[in-house]
Amino acid sequence: MGSLLRVSAALKQGQITPTELCQKCLSLIKKTKFLNAYITVSEEVALKQAEESEKRYKNGQSLGDLDGIPIAVKDNFSTSGIETTCASNMLKGYVPPYNATVVQKLLDQGALLMGKTNLDEFAMGSGSTDGVFGPVKNPWSYSKQYREKRKQNPHSESGDSDWLITGGSSGGSAAAVSAFTCYAALGSDTGGSTRNPAAHCGLVGFKPSYGLVSRHGLIPLVNSMDVPGILTRCVDDAAMVLGVLAGHDPKDSTTVHDPINKPLVLSSLADVSKLCIGIPKEYLVPELSSEIQSLWSRAADLFESEGAKVIEVSLPHTSYSIVCYHVLCTSEVASNMARFDGLQYGHRCDIDVSTEAMYAATRREGFNDVVRGRILSGNFFLLKENYENYFVKAQKVRRLIANDFVNAFNSGVDVLLTPTTLSEAVPYLEFIKEDNRTRSAQDDIFTQAVNMAGLPAVSIPIALSNQGLPIGLQFIGRAFYDQQLLTVAKWFEKQVQFPVIQLQELMDDCSAILENEKLASVSLKQ
Amino acid sequence: MWARALWLGLRAPLGGPRCFTSKTDPQGSGRITAEVIEHLERLALVDFGSREAVARLEKAIAFADLLRAVDTDGVEPMESVLEDRCLYLRSDNVVEGNCADELLQNSHRVVEEYFVAPPGNIPLPKLDEQEPFPHS
Repeated sequence: MGSLLRVSAALKQGQITPTELCQKCLSLIKKTKFLNAYITVSEEVALKQAEESEKRYKNGQSLGDLDGIPIAVKDNFSTSGIETTCASNMLKGYVPPYNATVVQKLLDQGALLMGKTNLDEFAMGSGSTDGVFGPVKNPWSYSKQYREKRKQNPHSESGDSDWLITGGSSGGSAAAVSAFTCYAALGSDTGGSTRNPAAHCGLVGFKPSYGLVSRHGLIPLVNSMDVPGILTRCVDDAAMVLGVLAGHDPKDSTTVHDPINKPLVLSSLADVSKLCIGIPKEYLVPELSSEIQSLWSRAADLFESEGAKVIEVSLPHTSYSIVCYHVLCTSEVASNMARFDGLQYGHRCDIDVSTEAMYAATRREGFNDVVRGRILSGNFFLLKENYENYFVKAQKVRRLIANDFVNAFNSGVDVLLTPTTLSEAVPYLEFIKEDNRTRSAQDDIFTQAVNMAGLPAVSIPIALSNQGLPIGLQFIGRAFYDQQLLTVAKWFEKQVQFPVIQLQELMDDCSAILENEKLASVSLKQ
Repeated sequence: MWARALWLGLRAPLGGPRCFTSKTDPQGSGRITAEVIEHLERLALVDFGSREAVARLEKAIAFADLLRAVDTDGVEPMESVLEDRCLYLRSDNVVEGNCADELLQNSHRVVEEYFVAPPGNIPLPKLDEQEPFPHS
């Protein structure tokens, strides 16, 4: 019962009721609590929604494929009546009075909101390790596939201390879907935040074209690059959710008016002989793990052996895209974070001497180092004397990067094929050896140029690594060719037959893990 | 240039125009002087908090300096990937609102229908009037 569409069919046929499905997922959420995927579990809300969904099914009035389906939402999307924190002290206790448009669309289709998932604070990070509610653990750390490989390694330690990160910043959403606690989850994608954890957690992570899906209610990081992202266990599910979410929103003037096929059903590609796949040569970097390089190469070979044309293309400004992203991102962040002053919502400090002192102290207390660092960097680049040399310069480089993609597509390429990440998921203890900015610069390398150009992209899990961990590859399409991109991705998914995560031991062992954690925390206190 | 407008807006309540002499190297080599620190802290209303944070900013600037190597002669800055499209505005009809109560509920300090702020136009103390990095 992994696929959303299959469980939806089961609901329609009465093989399972929405309440049973909801209970099952709630129970799994409880069992996997140690993953720390959820910040808020909206149990009562979900059960009530399940009840209403059940009534609709009984009366033969189901709303569609999403009716009665448990979903989760990243905690930087506003949800009416449900705390929305962005994993930050600044918004702890903040209860939005409205739903983000994408959340509303899901609810209007009868989806069950299981809860709000964990992330890096304000979606800044590539590990889901920097939020105030703690890091998210990758369910694959507890999979049979990974543990069996580790037993074979004489140097591996026993116990839970070397659990793996999910990637980020939508790590909570990825963990939630990967651990079967929901059938789809919303993430956000500004530099790869949906695709990166998808690759590390063995999921489909889809980033729509900029302008296709409304950002109203998505607490903004970089207005010119943010998009809501979709995490599912298979491509058809992602397409279905996209069909629900896509479309012009009068509340978001950056959404386009182009008509979208609704519902979005992907055709099955009979053959790929008419397809042209582009391999950007600049993406072959020394830091890329040899395993992923080899899988990338095999994927290209697969397309070629099935009749597709596979050519090398050049995106010459690739090496500058991380720097460009760094400047533009921090600059927009400096602006977007200015709204948090403690006055109308969010955290407020106790100082009452002056407005300035109150704002400064509120922001010092509310934001973590990563957020503050980006605000200060952004303000530096936006200083009058720096504006031309940094911000405007970066905007010019952005155009060059976007043009690189346009040129590649104009040369006859339909879809680009690249790695998603440099390596498989790493242990948390290793990940935190470098600071957030360094990590983000490293980990976003294949994903953020796509955000700068506003293109659609999707990470598809291809195979398990030698350590038994998921590896994903990325497909990038032309702007607003999301459906075509997903069609190619669906074909590829069928070819590679990525294995299902085996978590049975996890369910049995989770109580043991909780015990270990308690013991660990006791020993730390001594 | 809404980012710039917001920056100007944020400066306004801090007691009017100031004459900050720019101490940043015209090439922006990233040497952060005390004056720049103070200037940024007032603009951002976020403090550095520690020497590590200043070092991190210097690294961020050095990183950004890599952009100089790109030849952008004749290239127009790109503000939005949707620049070739029309922006559609909503018609000017009031269709929602009247939610003052809901909005006021999220604030910590409210009097009737007002958000309560401490007095404004009081500048933050100068850097030499406070301890360096009191919160490191």
